[in-house]
Amino acid sequence: MSENVLEIHDVKKHFNVGNKQVVKSVDGISFSIKKGETLGIVGESGSGKSTIGRTIVGLYEATAGKVVFEGKEISQLDRKEKREFNRKMQMIFQDPHASLNPRMRVGEIIAEGIDAYGLAKGKAKQERVFQLLERVGLHPDHATRFPHEFSGGQRQRIGIARALAVQPSFIVADEPISALDVSIQAQVVNLLEDLQKEEDLTYLFIAHDLAMVKHISDRIGVMYLGKMMELAESQTLFQEPLHPYTNALLSAIPVSAPKLRGTRERIVLGGDPPSPINPPSGCPFRTRCPSTMERCAVVMPEWKEVKKDHWVACHLY
Amino acid sequence: MTNSLPETDALFRPANPAHFENKQISRPSLSFWQDAVLKIVKNKMAVIGFVLLTAIIVLSIIGPYLVPYSQSEQSLTEGNLPLSSDHWFGTDDLGRDMWARIWAGARISLIIGIASALIDLVIGITVGGVSGYMAGRGKTGDRIDSFLMRIVEVLYGIPYLLVVILLMVIMEPGLVTMIIALSITGWVGMARIVRGQILQLKQQEFVLAAEKLGTSHGKIIIKHLLPNMMGIIIVTLTFTIPQAIFAESFLSFLGLGVQAPTASWGTMANDALGTILSGHWWRLFFPALMISLTMFAFNAFGDGLQDALDPRSKN
Repeated sequence: MSENVLEIHDVKKHFNVGNKQVVKSVDGISFSIKKGETLGIVGESGSGKSTIGRTIVGLYEATAGKVVFEGKEISQLDRKEKREFNRKMQMIFQDPHASLNPRMRVGEIIAEGIDAYGLAKGKAKQERVFQLLERVGLHPDHATRFPHEFSGGQRQRIGIARALAVQPSFIVADEPISALDVSIQAQVVNLLEDLQKEEDLTYLFIAHDLAMVKHISDRIGVMYLGKMMELAESQTLFQEPLHPYTNALLSAIPVSAPKLRGTRERIVLGGDPPSPINPPSGCPFRTRCPSTMERCAVVMPEWKEVKKDHWVACHLY
Repeated sequence: MTNSLPETDALFRPANPAHFENKQISRPSLSFWQDAVLKIVKNKMAVIGFVLLTAIIVLSIIGPYLVPYSQSEQSLTEGNLPLSSDHWFGTDDLGRDMWARIWAGARISLIIGIASALIDLVIGITVGGVSGYMAGRGKTGDRIDSFLMRIVEVLYGIPYLLVVILLMVIMEPGLVTMIIALSITGWVGMARIVRGQILQLKQQEFVLAAEKLGTSHGKIIIKHLLPNMMGIIIVTLTFTIPQAIFAESFLSFLGLGVQAPTASWGTMANDALGTILSGHWWRLFFPALMISLTMFAFNAFGDGLQDALDPRSKN
């Protein structure tokens, strides 16, 4: 098996929200990603999936734990290495309306990274911008346009072109399709898949749509309230989910085939996710878990490999 | 009976692939500023304000040269003359031509208004910008931010009238003292607005993306933050200039502003107070009219700008 490009060890990211209160947005997460792989991360709003993404790319500094990219811990990088890291690891953002500067032309937006790293100048730069625009399915003429003249899907393509401009090897896609129409979602996902093959990219794909994540990911991690609950290969996770939370999530996926409808039991979770400022003791999911035990309120279950490549944090296993 | 639908179902027809090739956008590409100008031109009040403003500025430059009198030239035999073809706005009690004095006063007002607004702008953007940009960047950053903001809060609490009176005691009353006095307390408003804007913009994904792409801090400020705040900064300017002009007139009226013989709308109105009863209405009417017109012009234009530059009002 190829080596791990990214490893994160027990990463925590806490935010102070005043009054000495702390939001434990990400609270002790470990996983690794192999070269060329796509790891999907799912979880409901507030589970910390975006925070983990931003911590990995270095926009947030981890409160504790280590993020290791290509064998080097990112908080220990010197200036030059940090720059190289910033180039190799790019991010695609969630909201295509907020992720493009409304005062810049598309050409300038895409060229921003090329300028920052001095990758090309003058005519060559322009050529590169045109090439990138075509690569993501837009027209070179669009370089002189402003972001507000584009649709959501087109803007997301511009965001992808901007990330590709610096020739990254790793891309964190933070819910890149959740703000798009369903019909457009498939196009963008296909584009991302094509690019992965051609440019030899590794993806961390954050989303809340399980079906879409299953389609694109090799492995999937399920997050709940700042903790990773389960991590397994996509097929395994869908066929034999172990964690009660994963089970509940999977049962919520609508069945498209009419004949199969009603054959599956829908697990309905009671209540809302607890507040991350004041999470429950022990396992954070115990307040909504159908199979909660006494032990769950006392200790957080260990993160362990129950079967090969199948990790879960639950007292049931 | 077959299960599949007939191949040419009238409701669905395969789309022509050429359709997808049509990626051209037909609307002419307008930059943000071109768009703003188009919107302003459609706004009647803003156009009136702009025309008035231009007229006032042009007349303050050429106005005094249109008549053969200077603003300070006295002619005691020609005191308090009503409007005539010789003296378009009449004369005051010392026989000085009111037309010449009104436009000389306009110069003073505009200089004070624009100068103090520009000083506000420079100090406000610097302090607010540093404060907002440093906030949330480690302990040092937060400390710089709260230090600057405490200064702003202290200055915010001091009434400007007090500062002006204090300065008048220390320094010679006049144009420069006035500009200093108005700027000392005036910049805090701009600083707060700029800080708020930066705090908000900094969280925007396009700024995060720029940071991730390795764009330098200087470039982020110049290319991402400032252009997106320009609208609000300009609108704030169009409201601080008339405020400063009004403050100048008000202070001069109270005798705290520019001193005789320099003409100012405020001092002219003050001089004319005694003449209301004697029927020389033009002595009070023209300075008062000019103050009102200038206020109106700036505010009408500023309102129009606000609508045109507001990114949320995309027709």
